[in-house]
Amino acid sequence: MEILVDDVTFTYPGNVLALDGVTLTVASGEAMALIGENGAGKSTLARHLNGLLKPGEGRVLVGEWDTREHTVAQLAQRVAFAFQNPDDQLFARTVRDEVAFGPRNLGRSAAETATAVEMALEQVGLGGRADAHPYDLPVADRKLVTLAAVLAMETPLLVLDEPTAGQDAEGIRRVGDIVEQLKDAGRTIIAITHDMEFCAAHFGRVVVMAGGQIIADGAAGEILRQSELLARADVQPPQLVRLAQALGLPGTPLTRAAFLDLYEEKQQ
Amino acid sequence: MIEARHLTYHYPRAERPALNDLTLSIPAGQFCAVLGANGAGKSTLAYALTGFIPHFYRGRLEGKLEVAGNDVAQTPLAQLAGTVGFVFANPFNQITGAKFTVRQEIAFGLENLGVPPTEMAARVDEMLARMGLEEAADRSPIALSGGQQQRLAIASVLVMRPQVLVLDEPTSQLDPAGSEAIFRLLRTLAGDQEITIFLASHKVALIAEFADRALILSGGQIIDDGAPPAILADPGLERLGIIPSAYTELAHLARQRGLGNAGGPLPVTLAQAEAFFR
Repeated sequence: MEILVDDVTFTYPGNVLALDGVTLTVASGEAMALIGENGAGKSTLARHLNGLLKPGEGRVLVGEWDTREHTVAQLAQRVAFAFQNPDDQLFARTVRDEVAFGPRNLGRSAAETATAVEMALEQVGLGGRADAHPYDLPVADRKLVTLAAVLAMETPLLVLDEPTAGQDAEGIRRVGDIVEQLKDAGRTIIAITHDMEFCAAHFGRVVVMAGGQIIADGAAGEILRQSELLARADVQPPQLVRLAQALGLPGTPLTRAAFLDLYEEKQQ
Repeated sequence: MIEARHLTYHYPRAERPALNDLTLSIPAGQFCAVLGANGAGKSTLAYALTGFIPHFYRGRLEGKLEVAGNDVAQTPLAQLAGTVGFVFANPFNQITGAKFTVRQEIAFGLENLGVPPTEMAARVDEMLARMGLEEAADRSPIALSGGQQQRLAIASVLVMRPQVLVLDEPTSQLDPAGSEAIFRLLRTLAGDQEITIFLASHKVALIAEFADRALILSGGQIIDDGAPPAILADPGLERLGIIPSAYTELAHLARQRGLGNAGGPLPVTLAQAEAFFR
């Protein structure tokens, strides 16, 4: 399912201009990372994709749907959104109910919902915690519950706001695996992230925001090597790219193997 | 400044201890970072240092813990609050919700400590500048971005000038530049102002660059303790739930291919990695 953000401007109450003429197309099945400094407008843009915010000027199309002409509930059939702060999202008494809320409201049968919930909890590694109260879990696990809630909705489009924040090694690997599975299944994924290693490992396209505008948009290998451009968004290239640049290696290695190949070539 | 002796703690109804016979001494002005998988006991230890355990979280606490000369189990939370500052992992838990502006939010702790208004204003201004929040001073705390809220949470604690500052993942919502700025600030606070820093964090490369000491927790016990570069230059950290620095893993693989520096410790920071591959 394709997304079109067409020259969107959005101002929060108090005259805070958060989006300033943003235009963006995301093709069906694309995996796109949205990066930039805190306050750049990333979360505001993401909240336009599921209709939580409506454009002040311009329009947002999800599939053929104009978000101004559809309710958040309607848009939820197409877009699932995992918040940056899990506590903005969680409200049910058990993890199972929390994750069931989405599919149930999309009109899935009890049996379909139960299956979707079970699969989603297994995927995020919380299969054993279905009966726990969400607030008895540590914040990193609460965040995985919100991810499970999004997965269970089985929407063509997923928006993940800082999915790796606060996760340990296992959590980050798990989130990475889930992104890969979603990509294989042809789903469209947009992730807001400060985690440049996660960005380099899983996202083919990178969009950079600063001051409410998109300042760069392209292939990960192309964008992540431009340290001056990234600095304008208060972001640094991934660690491997910084090292390659410090050593004067040609190219933009996004994996360790690619780095070592470049390094070996130069040594010879 | 912090002395823990055989500290064992069970959360209510928990069978296994969250802290297991833990002994630890942190001198004044040390910047000590603690790492480990989620569930290893990092947050629990942080809660014990601030007195949330046992005053707020019940459960069973054994052993002895002293912070700035106070026996934590015997000292009321209100008294500890004057000495130990705590920054939550989630800034949304820190912000009071009772204040209309960032400036008022930072002043909240000082109001409760009875600081005179002129001094209060000066200290709040200093903190706004230090944390890069001047432009947001008159905005509502809840209208800030996640990263700005995290800086506000730190400011609202630091303004009380604690002797010990305990932080639980204070940079999880911050961009890389913002995270580095916080680590630099903590380095300065420990070095110049002798504030003792206890920081739970997953950010190995920043810890290696800025902290004095690293502790690794697993199953509520300290399993490693020492200078950060020595402890963190280990590609096997992942089995402890810690993501090694990308440079350590890279150098480890390089050696297997006969590349890079053949002897000496693996690199953790960018500068060390450069030296390794030169």
